[in-house]
Amino acid sequence: MDALLPSLLFYAFAGVILGSAAFTAFARDIVHAAFSLLFTFFGLACLYLYLGADFVGLSQVVIYVGGILVLLLFGVMFTGHQTQETEKRTVNFYWGLALIALLGAGMVPALLKAPWAVKSAAELPEAKSTISSIATLLMTDYLLPFEIASLLLLMALIGAVVIARGETKTDEGESPETSA
Amino acid sequence: MDFLMNAMQSLPASMQLSGPLAWTITALVAAGVTMGVVSLVALLAVYAERKVSADMQARVGPMHVGWHGILQTTADAIKLMLKEDLVPAMADKWLFITAPLLVFGGAFIGWAVLPLCKGWAPVDLNIGVVYLLATSSLVALGIIMAGWGSHNKWSLYGAMRTAAQFLSYEIPTALHLLPAILLAGSLNLTALANSQAGGMGNMANWAIWNPFCFLSFFCYFISGLAETNRVPFDLPESESELVAGFHVEYSGMRFAFFFLAEYAELFLVSAIASLVFLGGWNGPFGLESSFLYLAKVLVMMFVAIWLRWTLPRFRIDQLMGLCWKFLIPLGLINILGVGFWIYYFRT
Repeated sequence: MDALLPSLLFYAFAGVILGSAAFTAFARDIVHAAFSLLFTFFGLACLYLYLGADFVGLSQVVIYVGGILVLLLFGVMFTGHQTQETEKRTVNFYWGLALIALLGAGMVPALLKAPWAVKSAAELPEAKSTISSIATLLMTDYLLPFEIASLLLLMALIGAVVIARGETKTDEGESPETSA
Repeated sequence: MDFLMNAMQSLPASMQLSGPLAWTITALVAAGVTMGVVSLVALLAVYAERKVSADMQARVGPMHVGWHGILQTTADAIKLMLKEDLVPAMADKWLFITAPLLVFGGAFIGWAVLPLCKGWAPVDLNIGVVYLLATSSLVALGIIMAGWGSHNKWSLYGAMRTAAQFLSYEIPTALHLLPAILLAGSLNLTALANSQAGGMGNMANWAIWNPFCFLSFFCYFISGLAETNRVPFDLPESESELVAGFHVEYSGMRFAFFFLAEYAELFLVSAIASLVFLGGWNGPFGLESSFLYLAKVLVMMFVAIWLRWTLPRFRIDQLMGLCWKFLIPLGLINILGVGFWIYYFRT
């Protein structure tokens, strides 16, 4: 494939990510911000896929879009609709500016000094699915962290069931109430 | 897309294309063909839904447009396209407009990895199952967007139910696919179907004959129905309490997108079930045919329609209870069980 299409794709994804992230930061409506985050996550997933990290890219969608964003919106929905009359003002503007300046002063030199591993396409290994090598690493070198993480998630799952059960036991007679 | 690329290689040299142009053209052709299939499936499925429901309620269903009303859904589709484009005055305009596209887009991009027959997947992705689980989350987000953007309390209730239902049922859907994936040792849909070939009568190796996968098959189908908001799990659009739930404000073409997405998703769930558990194109008496695969998908879709017109709707707490107290624990047990099965019977 020529060099044109890959770089076009890269800049398209980068544009989507940066544009939607900026919209998330500057939007005055919290729901618009949350939905804009969807495009940021999706653009990031596309970028991962484009870089050959297929499993990481899809995990990004499953976890962030399917889990975290849905949960976030679920929470936002309880806040009620913002109308035109809702007061929207900027707070801590100058403090924020100072914080950005401080962070920027730290990050820009680091970015400039970083030894970027720039390689031409010919130097790179041939693209293949990463999932089997990730699986091998998880089952050998990183078995303990992997097992601890899965145990933690299993505990959270069982905990959710226990909380849901507990309500039905204490409020006998009433219709059991469960939430996600 | 590979078969399109290969087809292009067989053209005379003067007509051959290469590089990004060829890649773009094959991608567009593959997307166009898939789009055509999705529309056709939805048209026929809506007709089937109406005819089956009519038969179950001792009616005749659509009879006037075409032979036995076969063109009724086509006429309906044209009607929906010609309808006035309405956006409610209080609605959040951008969210309202984007939502149907997101719902349909989410259902449609899932088809990218689905083999329509043996060796004819638009993109034969190595981790197709993960991709399918990932794309289904877009549909839920689109529904939430529609519910919020409509600025209507029924829509909002529908959207909130969707959020809860989707977050819960995403887990058993993935858990119950895992036993069959563990048996086959692959996440590629074509490889999953091929791994079930052979055995007695070309049927004995189907994943469903494994006792754990047998349970998982039914649980997956139940979770799939819940994820696609089909009856008996259609709480987000229950008409008796929420009028039409998240799409109450939608009409015309935008409503058609929701409708199209529902059937596109139903086909996806049925196709995954038949590829992962029912051997895909491997069938009885050593047969191996794409028609067999399509027949399995259609039978699954018929079962879904059958259930819709037979069962009453679940209550929300029953729905959540079914997911968290029954499907998820059973999924974990099945995965453990199939692990022991592989350890003791395969090695």
